[in-house]
Amino acid sequence: MNKPIAGGAGSAARLEVVLPHPRATEPRRLTRFLENERALAALLLAPTVLVLGTFIAYPFIMGVWLALSSTSVGNVGEFVGMRNFAKAWNDSIFRTAFGNTFVYTFWATIFKLTLGMWLALLLNRHFRGKRIVRASMLLPFIVPTVLSTFAWRWMFDPTFSVLNWLLYRADLITTKLPFLSDGTYGMWCAIVVNTWRGMPFFAITLLAGLQTINPDLHEAASLDGANGWRRFWYVTWPLLKPVTLVVVVFSVIQTFSDFQLIYVLTGGGPANSTHLLATYAYQVGVATGLLGEGAAISLFMLPVLFVVVWLQLRYLRRMDGA
Amino acid sequence: MDAKRLNRRQFIKATGTTAAVALSGIEGVVAARRAPAYAQGTKLHWVRWVDFIPESDVELKRQMPEASKALGAEVVLETINANDLQPRITAAIQSGSGADIFIMLYNWAQLYGSQLVDVSDLATALARSEGGFYDVWPSAAHVGGHWLAVPHSIIGNAVAYRRSWLAEAGAHEYPKTWDEARRLFAQLKQKGKPYGQTLGHTFGDAPTFCYPMLWCFGGAETDKTGKKVVLNSKGAVEAVKFMQAFWKECCDEGGLAWDDTNNNRAFHAGEISATLNGASIYIVAKRQQEKIKDEKGEPMWQDIDHQNLPAGPAGAFTMYVPMSHAVMKYSKNPKLAKDFLRWLQKKENYEKWFQTQGGYSVGATKAWEKNPMWSTVDKPLQIFRTAARSTRIFGHAGPATAKATEGFSKYILTDMYAKAVQGMSAEDAVKWAEAELKKIYEG
Repeated sequence: MNKPIAGGAGSAARLEVVLPHPRATEPRRLTRFLENERALAALLLAPTVLVLGTFIAYPFIMGVWLALSSTSVGNVGEFVGMRNFAKAWNDSIFRTAFGNTFVYTFWATIFKLTLGMWLALLLNRHFRGKRIVRASMLLPFIVPTVLSTFAWRWMFDPTFSVLNWLLYRADLITTKLPFLSDGTYGMWCAIVVNTWRGMPFFAITLLAGLQTINPDLHEAASLDGANGWRRFWYVTWPLLKPVTLVVVVFSVIQTFSDFQLIYVLTGGGPANSTHLLATYAYQVGVATGLLGEGAAISLFMLPVLFVVVWLQLRYLRRMDGA
Repeated sequence: MDAKRLNRRQFIKATGTTAAVALSGIEGVVAARRAPAYAQGTKLHWVRWVDFIPESDVELKRQMPEASKALGAEVVLETINANDLQPRITAAIQSGSGADIFIMLYNWAQLYGSQLVDVSDLATALARSEGGFYDVWPSAAHVGGHWLAVPHSIIGNAVAYRRSWLAEAGAHEYPKTWDEARRLFAQLKQKGKPYGQTLGHTFGDAPTFCYPMLWCFGGAETDKTGKKVVLNSKGAVEAVKFMQAFWKECCDEGGLAWDDTNNNRAFHAGEISATLNGASIYIVAKRQQEKIKDEKGEPMWQDIDHQNLPAGPAGAFTMYVPMSHAVMKYSKNPKLAKDFLRWLQKKENYEKWFQTQGGYSVGATKAWEKNPMWSTVDKPLQIFRTAARSTRIFGHAGPATAKATEGFSKYILTDMYAKAVQGMSAEDAVKWAEAELKKIYEG
């Protein structure tokens, strides 16, 4: 019965027919299953779907449910429809936070883009110690936000601010500047800190984009008599636009939903003048325990971000088509 | 003990021990001289705030092995920033896991009531053994006819001030009324020695100033039923108007961005002449006298004194901070948690902690006013000894319900003053605060 296999495909196939082994059916079934492309695709995707479902879809669905319910800490709520959203919209602190979130995101993104671009152009040149400078530039992005924001908070401290001390010593001010004790100053301080922290991300990404631009194009433009500005505007910028748009999309999402920086720097004060949607949602939902209302406030971010991202991606697709 | 060789005497001894523990809790443990039968590896997790008197946290951490030994289970103490307590409690309740025991400030037991274990047996026994609680406790921890947190201590507050600086301005005692205070601190601010007060989003120094300021001008959040918001009143508008003037003329205006620690640091640095605080400014200045000195190089504590907040047209009021401990319903060891709280409040254990406080806290009952510790405390701290006898809590003139806690957690009264000192008219600031309170009470 157990003849040695002579070799060759034909012999092996014949042996299979002649000598069926009961244990061989299981691996064959598995092989058949894996050979099915649909089944294999589902199997390979399953871990990702599980992770996304657990950590993104489930919290999101829970968030939507909470926003539509009267849930408060320790009390399972009941369905209240859009009542939490209406209540938030009629809340003066919410409207302040809503407006602040736009102001904060707009100016911080503008500054990060402008300064990041400038830094990327500088770092794209050849100079001694270029690598060290490029690496050290990432420090603000690497340091945990809470730690770096604490350092800024001490610098802006109403009583012991080193910045006030320096300005006073330099005879530039006669009284302390109310960095964090005035609503307008407080918001600009937050924008400055966010710009400081986020600028390296812009710079390093744009630098990567700059390095993909063929130097011949610049050379050709120079030969045609284009000065530095014209070379940037007609050569660099059009080629850098797709990368820039992607960076801006990421930045808008992160800045619009920023929490840590404001929470540590101002706590939303003075008198709610620096609250963002995320910090106010946290105050209402987690600190006060009104989970339904807090979830509704945070969900206000969704349509805004959806529209922003959709517009930018649409523009990006058009550019790809062109 | 070898089970196979258990004889009659050993059996009676073992079962007697178990019965003693079951019947009499910690007394049983002590009488039996052995730990109760909690499963091996049982842990009890206790969360408190980071005390403003660091020595007290050291003492509690020192006591933990003793408690573990007495209870036969590991007791772990975790201390966190007071402003992070409420988020931590919310997260624990929603996830159904976390610390077994949380410290509760003010009347938080009202807010989290549905998730707290009834500890009436512990609280009533404690009150009975120590001659009764202070009047503030039922509002703080008694919910729906049950004690849901065991009263532990009350942190008093008073205005800490620099005696010599006030004397330089002609005041040999602290002003008795807000009008006198305004005249005095206006002079001191002109000399670069302002009054320090936070109007930031803080759990302690801002509300303990803002609520009494409202009350002393005759204002209140609600009527006596606690159902009708009555904030928009002549008294509240007068209080806010006074605060606007006091802020501009007398205060360090950076206070809008202060937390609960800024005024301590500013006082120790000689930046402010007075501030409402617990006794920690004095206690820390004395314990660190080599570091904290006045402008003449002398230890600053010698120049610090305390006085209660001045009176307004409707009288003088205070709001202190009751601290209690609650056992969470999700805890897998509620009995152990209660045994631990009983152990914690036993006189010999509690007293060691109480002494490290050095007057910063008073006990939950008047009995602790007679503790020998007070005879060792300096005169400027004696004001705290009886501080808790008359203190209000938020929600006045109604009961301190969960809705009152919600108003506190949203910093509504603090923001009413903060908005006004930044330029909003007093009338509009009060209207804004009333509208916010109505959303809570009547919405």
